[in-house]
Amino acid sequence: MRHEPGSQPHIVIVPPGRLNVPRARELWAAREILYRFGVRDVVLRYRQTVVGVTWVVLQPLVTAAIFAVVFGRVAGLPSGDVPYFLFAFAGTMAWTVFAGVLTRAAPSLVANQALVAKVFFPRVVVPLSANLSVLIDFAVSLVLFAVLLAVNDVNPGWAALSLPLWILCALALGSGLGLAASAVMVKYRDVSYVVPWLVQALMYATPVAYALEAVPPDIAWWFDVNPLTWLMECFRWALLGTAAPPTWQVVALLGTSTAALLGGLLVFQQREREFADVI
Amino acid sequence: MDDTAITVRNLAKSYRIATSGRSHDRLSEALVARARHPFQRRAYETFDALHDLSFDVPWGEAVGIVGRNGAGKSTLLKILTRITAPSGGRVELGGRIGSLLEVGTGFHPELTGRENVFLNGSLLGMGRREIRRRFDDIVRFAGVERFLETPVKRFSSGMYVRLAFSVASHLDTEILAIDEVLAVGDAEFQRRSVDKMRDVAKDGRTVLYVSHQLQTVTALCTSAIFLDEGRLLLHGPVEAAVEAYRDSFATFRVRQMDADRRPGSGQLRLEQVSTTEVRGPTDDTVVTFGVGVNPDVVGKYFVSCVLRDHQGLAVAQCDSRLVGLWLDPSEPRSGVLRIKDLWLRPGPYTVDMYVCQSGIFDEWRAAASFEVLPHLPYPELVTEEGVFAAVMCDFDYEAW
Repeated sequence: MRHEPGSQPHIVIVPPGRLNVPRARELWAAREILYRFGVRDVVLRYRQTVVGVTWVVLQPLVTAAIFAVVFGRVAGLPSGDVPYFLFAFAGTMAWTVFAGVLTRAAPSLVANQALVAKVFFPRVVVPLSANLSVLIDFAVSLVLFAVLLAVNDVNPGWAALSLPLWILCALALGSGLGLAASAVMVKYRDVSYVVPWLVQALMYATPVAYALEAVPPDIAWWFDVNPLTWLMECFRWALLGTAAPPTWQVVALLGTSTAALLGGLLVFQQREREFADVI
Repeated sequence: MDDTAITVRNLAKSYRIATSGRSHDRLSEALVARARHPFQRRAYETFDALHDLSFDVPWGEAVGIVGRNGAGKSTLLKILTRITAPSGGRVELGGRIGSLLEVGTGFHPELTGRENVFLNGSLLGMGRREIRRRFDDIVRFAGVERFLETPVKRFSSGMYVRLAFSVASHLDTEILAIDEVLAVGDAEFQRRSVDKMRDVAKDGRTVLYVSHQLQTVTALCTSAIFLDEGRLLLHGPVEAAVEAYRDSFATFRVRQMDADRRPGSGQLRLEQVSTTEVRGPTDDTVVTFGVGVNPDVVGKYFVSCVLRDHQGLAVAQCDSRLVGLWLDPSEPRSGVLRIKDLWLRPGPYTVDMYVCQSGIFDEWRAAASFEVLPHLPYPELVTEEGVFAAVMCDFDYEAW
């Protein structure tokens, strides 16, 4: 193989700028890595767990059942026109997309430190690859959910067509926080204890397992300003055909999701230059 | 388009080292520290790993990079392979750069051979089509056709390395970087790396080779770069660079004789360290030393001596506290260290000497040096390659 002048790609290495924006050509070239990382995560999870695929089916079912018992039966909270189990299942599905991306992306850089210290590739693909496995889990539970809808004779109507948009919002919110957390964790390892706790706290502070109507009016302001409330309302509208969320919430959700993703990317790229030196 | 494979202009790399307080590796600690001293700016000391490097490498050249430990060789390679970013300057590469530092990184023990080839290949910068096209070659070269669907955790270590190496070596980059220092430990792998390098250089591609093994550099490289303390001191013929590299040990030794330029707190300093300059492999190593006086130092101190071979590998470490020797700082002390039954391989050695208590008072690298003569202490003769371990030993065999 001889060198032919002009035929090779030309690479320029300079100190990173203030924003350290990754080069588009490099990101495009890294799509194969993103895909392979995603495949690795999926394969590992389904191959290593004893219950295998059943796990993905079982997990939301059991969680929704517990919620239905605790919040629906014990606490006696309302769930609108739909059975509490179905209501909680839809909430769990939506929450799992957001929380799954966040909790898988956050420790990803530290878990792959051998790679970060030895090979060059755009680092963003490491936390972003969490999206793939989360989407596959979601697809599995969506099939299950469709069956449950049919069994319970619930029809979400045309609103269901808006579902992809809300999935994108959940992924963007989770990825944004996950990117920032993964970058900070390279330097501060204790973030790995904070993230699961934060996710848990947020879950109770968000109407995942209970309906917004059950919230007492004096603390309703919190739910109005919590972007995850908006996300839940949009998801339930699309999945169960509950009342459509107000327009401002939809607009605010789209804005917040975009901002979260961009903000996360910014934090990540700012810190990226020192990954190989610190990790 | 590009006349040169690699163009480096004013390349610099500096690391920040926190000097005020200690650096925090927990977010909670960092936040508490910030809350306590909200206006304090962290003081940093910058450590320059590379200063203002400029050089060009034409196509088809095999360039050796030599220098003592810490000269910046690996940092330079890391910047060129883009693992870490430079702090200043500019590098232009005329083509893709691959390195053999990354053999097997990204291999996951639970994934099958096939899955790992695709994952690893994509990490090294191959597209899916390129991996598919070369897949059969990669597998055949590694000789693992029958185990493609087996998780690599069940592979023997030989198969594992063969497959990993096969993926890396089927990546046809125009520039190849090899760091011998990072590849130590596996003789088989080192041999393969050198073979690969030979092939690549023959192909007219460009090779960068970081090594301490001067024979390999002389045999394989067409030019060489000599780095010293992050500065490029010479870029030219291999012989000249190798010569400068050898001389740098002498200059370093001279510089270290000035106690003020040595690391350590300086509360106590070594005044002299000496040893027999030429000796046979089985002779005792005798090091004499003298330490100055400082009545302000509280408590007793100990000394420590480390013997290093020409590659910087610590062959022996002799701590005086291990044998119960503690010295009194209120009067000047001299002493002698005698190492018995250490059979050193022929070659040049250096002696590092330390004066310590809870911290290091004085660290004198290459305080003395000696040469072990090339006659082997065994009754029969073998070639030099027949004796390759780090040290030799007194042994005998019995058979029945």
